[in-house]
Amino acid sequence: MIEGTLDVLTTRYAYALMFVLMGIGIYMIIANENLVKKLIGVNLFQTAIFLFFVAVAYVEGGNAPIVPSDGSDPGLMASPLPHVIVLTAIVVGIALTAVGLALIVRIYAEYGTLREDTLREVRADE
Amino acid sequence: MSSLAEMLPALLVAVPILLAAVPIVLGLRFERTGWSVAALTTTALTAATVYLAAAVYETGRVVHVLGGWGETADRPQGVGIELVADEFSVLIALLVTVTAAGVLAYTRVGGPRGNTFYTGYLLLIGGLLGLSLTGDVFNMFVFLEIVGLATYAMIAAGDGPESAVAALKYLILGTMGASLYLIGVGFLFMATGALNMDVLGEAIPLVAEEGGSDLTLLRAAFAFIFIGFALKVAQWPLHTWQPDAYQHAPDGVTPVIAALVSTVSAYALGRIMYNVFGPEFLTATPYLTEIVVTVGCVSVLAGSTLAVIQRDVKRMFAYSSVAQFGLIVAAYGLVTQTAFVGAVIHLIGHGVIKAGLFVAAGVVALGYGARTVDGYAGLAEHRPYTAGSIAILLIALIGIPPSAGFIGKWYVAVGAVEAEVWPVAVVIFLSTMLTLAYSARLLEKMYFTPAIPVESPHSPGPVAADGGTDTGADDHDGATALGRDSFRRGSPDAVSIGMLGILVVIAVAAVLLGFAGGAFFEWLEPFTSEVFTE
Repeated sequence: MIEGTLDVLTTRYAYALMFVLMGIGIYMIIANENLVKKLIGVNLFQTAIFLFFVAVAYVEGGNAPIVPSDGSDPGLMASPLPHVIVLTAIVVGIALTAVGLALIVRIYAEYGTLREDTLREVRADE
Repeated sequence: MSSLAEMLPALLVAVPILLAAVPIVLGLRFERTGWSVAALTTTALTAATVYLAAAVYETGRVVHVLGGWGETADRPQGVGIELVADEFSVLIALLVTVTAAGVLAYTRVGGPRGNTFYTGYLLLIGGLLGLSLTGDVFNMFVFLEIVGLATYAMIAAGDGPESAVAALKYLILGTMGASLYLIGVGFLFMATGALNMDVLGEAIPLVAEEGGSDLTLLRAAFAFIFIGFALKVAQWPLHTWQPDAYQHAPDGVTPVIAALVSTVSAYALGRIMYNVFGPEFLTATPYLTEIVVTVGCVSVLAGSTLAVIQRDVKRMFAYSSVAQFGLIVAAYGLVTQTAFVGAVIHLIGHGVIKAGLFVAAGVVALGYGARTVDGYAGLAEHRPYTAGSIAILLIALIGIPPSAGFIGKWYVAVGAVEAEVWPVAVVIFLSTMLTLAYSARLLEKMYFTPAIPVESPHSPGPVAADGGTDTGADDHDGATALGRDSFRRGSPDAVSIGMLGILVVIAVAAVLLGFAGGAFFEWLEPFTSEVFTE
């Protein structure tokens, strides 16, 4: 059992790391009172998923997925599809961060705080 | 059918997203062009969807392969991204376009009015249409995020500072939901090497038969996708963003969001469960249907109970949405044809009813100044048409025949009996009772509680139209009375004929849909027979 786990950890350590990173992201979202740090947590969470996709695409001994201009066989290649997916997901992530930061700027302008606990108090007073 | 029908799925997605830039560009020269652009676009989209639906009716499903990356000798099927219009997706696309066009009748006068608002509106419609028509699981993630982004921006368009907080809360939770879905897609891709829904639908039974670690991947994929959608659809206990978002969004935005955003997400969940994983996988996996049914049933009970104790009307309707979507998710978990059709009918019916109720909440806030259940006192006497429409919509929500709410619940209940899952039948009965409880509160206030006189310090007085108290008879004095007890008292002049008109039309539609149960069943027949007879 322990040997099996160790075996998985040594050969698939990228996946294990990805879930650790994801856990850190979720923890930041839940436990951090600062709104900007919460958003950083969201970003970390998403980045973990991007890394996961990149790891999925890895082929041992594979080349970059570019077909030579003379049309010759490039041999073993890494899968290009997950890379394209990650590229799209990064763009989506940037848009989300931008909207989130814009909202945080507005919250700061209205309430004068970035901390969620203070925000809760201010709103309870109203 | 002509090539026009084949072009339409792509145009339905691209046109609103491209035209979203027009209000901003025209806004440089003219002040109020946003509404006209949005109205023209949504009307055209409605016409196009009707045409597409007719094409689907005649020839079956219409597939558009984006960029012409179709199936050829050296390209296997499903490499290009496909947009698929079949009986199921066209139905949802119709709901999206018709509701989008209808709600504009409210926003013209009641609205947020800025040109940028209509940019967000068109982006949202484009995203929703994309989400309903896409045939690719990763493409679905992108459209989920487009819909999400537009929704966050539109919620934040509200006046108060709370709307920004509600939008940020939704943004963080919504992104988590979409990201969890993306992990599920990653697992699916690892197990099968495909992203196209049809290809996945064929590959998954083979992988499941083989068993082993790929089967574990598939199960993990389903778990992530289901939890991601449970967040997006607002299932208890992941619903916490929804009441805030619905309450603090501008009155003109809530009907669209409440009627469409969660509905289309729930549709997407149904499409993934039945088209990608397929009924066989759902029933063969231990505890899967039990968990789905339990999540749905708990949401029904928790949402309804929380709705009963709310004071704010919009918040009450929001919790009611949690419950109604719980019913749909529970119906998905039953895996019978009848329950599935019931879920689809309830999706449409609930969308129409909730659009109507939130339009009504906006009309009452604008024309009667009431936002709480207590504030609705005496509404029937002073605003008979509004109160009548709300009453009809509430009765439809409870599920008293003939109404859209009844046939949806009826088919789900019949499906539960067929599947011999008795708890669901009991939960449907209980949910009807609880819906009756919160609807009856509002009905009682509107029809049997006299409006509270102006002198009372904490409550609104019946100043507006037939004011006639000592403060003076016309609306202007009503407006000053408002400053005095710091309560915004609306005037009937603020409500346009278009707003009242759309409210009455929706109420009538909610009743008429109650006669369409058989028609829905027949319309979905080609889709369901293909899914359930494999």
